[in-house]
Amino acid sequence: MPLLEVIGMSHYFGGLRAVSNYNLSLESGQIAGLIGPNGAGKTTIFNLITGIYQPAEGEVRLNGTNVVGKRTNQIAALGIGRTFQEMRLWRHMTVLEHVKMARYSKLSYGLFGAFLDSPQRRKEEKKSTELAMEYMELFGVDQYADQLVVNLPYGAQRRVEMARALAMEPKVLLLDEPTVGMTPEEMVDMIMVVRKAHERFNLAIFLIEHRLRVVSELCQNVQTLVFGEVLVEGTPNEVQNHPKVIEAYIGDQEIDF
Amino acid sequence: MAETTELQQPKGVRGLIHRFYGGAPLLGILLGFLACTFWENIIGEALASVLLLPKMPILFGLVTMSKVFAGLFNLAIKGSPFELFTLIHVPMALIYFGVVYAVPLAIVVRLTVRPANAVARSLQQLPLIVTALVHLGFLYAIFHVWVELSDYRLITLKLTLIAVLLTLSLNIINGYMGEFSCSHPGFMAVGAYMSSFFTVGLFVNDKVLGEALLGIPLAFLSFPLALIFGGLCASLSALIVAIPSFRTRGDYLAIISLAFLFIVKSFFENMQSLGGARGIMGQPDWASLPVIFIVVVIGVWAINNFVNSTLGKALNAVRDDEMAADAMTVDTRKTKMVAFLFGAFWAGMAGGLLAHVLRFINPAMFGIQKLAEVLAMVYFGGLNSVYGSIVGAVSISLLGEVLRPLEILKWIFIPLLLILVMIYRPTGLVAFKEFNVRKSFGPKEVD
Ligand SMILES: Nc1ncnc2c1ncn2[C@@H]1O[C@H](COP(=O)(O)OP(=O)(O)O)[C@@H](O)[C@H]1O
Ligand SMILES: [Mg+2]
Repeated sequence: MPLLEVIGMSHYFGGLRAVSNYNLSLESGQIAGLIGPNGAGKTTIFNLITGIYQPAEGEVRLNGTNVVGKRTNQIAALGIGRTFQEMRLWRHMTVLEHVKMARYSKLSYGLFGAFLDSPQRRKEEKKSTELAMEYMELFGVDQYADQLVVNLPYGAQRRVEMARALAMEPKVLLLDEPTVGMTPEEMVDMIMVVRKAHERFNLAIFLIEHRLRVVSELCQNVQTLVFGEVLVEGTPNEVQNHPKVIEAYIGDQEIDF
Repeated sequence: MAETTELQQPKGVRGLIHRFYGGAPLLGILLGFLACTFWENIIGEALASVLLLPKMPILFGLVTMSKVFAGLFNLAIKGSPFELFTLIHVPMALIYFGVVYAVPLAIVVRLTVRPANAVARSLQQLPLIVTALVHLGFLYAIFHVWVELSDYRLITLKLTLIAVLLTLSLNIINGYMGEFSCSHPGFMAVGAYMSSFFTVGLFVNDKVLGEALLGIPLAFLSFPLALIFGGLCASLSALIVAIPSFRTRGDYLAIISLAFLFIVKSFFENMQSLGGARGIMGQPDWASLPVIFIVVVIGVWAINNFVNSTLGKALNAVRDDEMAADAMTVDTRKTKMVAFLFGAFWAGMAGGLLAHVLRFINPAMFGIQKLAEVLAMVYFGGLNSVYGSIVGAVSISLLGEVLRPLEILKWIFIPLLLILVMIYRPTGLVAFKEFNVRKSFGPKEVD
């Protein structure tokens, strides 16, 4: 049974058919990629899987159970972590607070524990701080622990987002264009970071990318999405050289092969 | 840490103050204030008459001065008679302030730097609760001695403490959570009415609420119960706002909470069994200074605990990016709901205290004017900050008292000040500053 499975999923924005009859099957430990021109509907697929939008048709199964209809935070707590194309960090919060926040659903001290600063709360918060520090070290952002994220360099902000997503202890990690806006050096760095996360936590990773190079370095399997439909699916090599893909990409300046 | 702050010393008056008090721990400064209050008890009256002041200045000489300005203003506008002699009150009030407060404070703080630091250092070895209680004990002692000289001081201090609690409870919603709520005077009204219902109904012979149901001697011991009852009722009434507002995303809270404020007011106006527009009078005199002090300290402590826990920090995450909060497993709906009800609870407690300080309440007290006042305190002091709420509540309360002699001008000064703050510091004076209890009690090393 695949870890994450999407079956016949469609979604509309008004009259626009943003995603149509989309299917995905992701085994645990696998890295898969999703490429396609801007506006193809890639981010929308992530938002449908994580419950930010409700699909008009279709199912999203995690470990065989349908999660459609559950709220975003519940789906996240079941084991789907993600990052955002536009990052979505919390501007008034420190790096440490970001990573600790991802452990929200693991805390059990309750409201009165929070109000009264109970011993259980102190114990759990301390443990959560230690764990968060480990994740921050892993991604090389521990030296920024008490700084506001807005003061960090761009690459470090991206790594904070990774650390935050992994502190949730997800089974599946969805990465939405993790190298967007990066210099070639930062990009190589990010590929290493993704590899490291994959090896360390034995995650299934589903990656949206604009740059084929990143996809071909990381993924075993790639889908090409155009106008909300999967055009071609296969290994990075097969996809890259497919005539339909080359045709679809003509005129899209932002793609770099 | 202390060294780095020493290196970047600010200049000017602030630099002077910093160089003078920078090395003194909080304990030393509290000690200094305590000395001032004792000193005033001894020489206050005599000094005032030597300085030709009509009576002893009550709020650090500020009211005395503002009375002179009010006189000048009335002379200019209405041509009312003005005795030139009263001009002398301005320098005299300044001298009074210097002799009673500024100079003794400086001397005591300066002299006790070393011992106070030593004590602060050894206090730091003890559990935080002990350190906190020692500091709070000093603070209370200052208040206690300071109010001995005048009932006006007592009532001003009580109302200011209540304002701190109210402001902080609104800051949870408007600051930490970042939504705009207008319903706080309504929660205060519910708390005030319900706690009065409890105390007056049970223990006082009253025209509206009838004979006392119970006549127990140690009845005042039930006062905390009455306050909590008021707070819980306020929380319950907050559900009326919270359920429709937090069902969906969007900015409905401002409008729904404003509607709630009007509904509560007209509800109490029309409830003849709760006194109608005339309200309830004759609350027992149980809101003494120590009681208020303890309740406010507990409130500030609990709210500070909450906003510093991950459950409370979730409010900031919701405010800064709700979608990201959701995606990181934060139960955003529950977070907002809890914060809103928690804020309402403390507003209700503040209302209960207010009712028993003033010993009368009526619906008109909890209207738009109260809302403007508490919003001013929150936004002046600073969003998302416990310090900010304390600063905002204390300064707006004091300013209100000091400018009282200026009558109508007061309503030009205070809004003008607010506009200036909004222009130069849009989030308030001390916004987004964490209240680190342990650090603020610690020693400060210099030499
Ligand atoms: N919330 C929304 N409301 C309406 N249209 C949307 C919304 N989000 C995305 N779209 C549209 O859906 C299409 C797919 O968008 P998106 O999934 O963001 O593309 P991609 O991530 O592949 O660049 C685009 O045409 C976009 O304009
Ligand atoms: Mg996108």
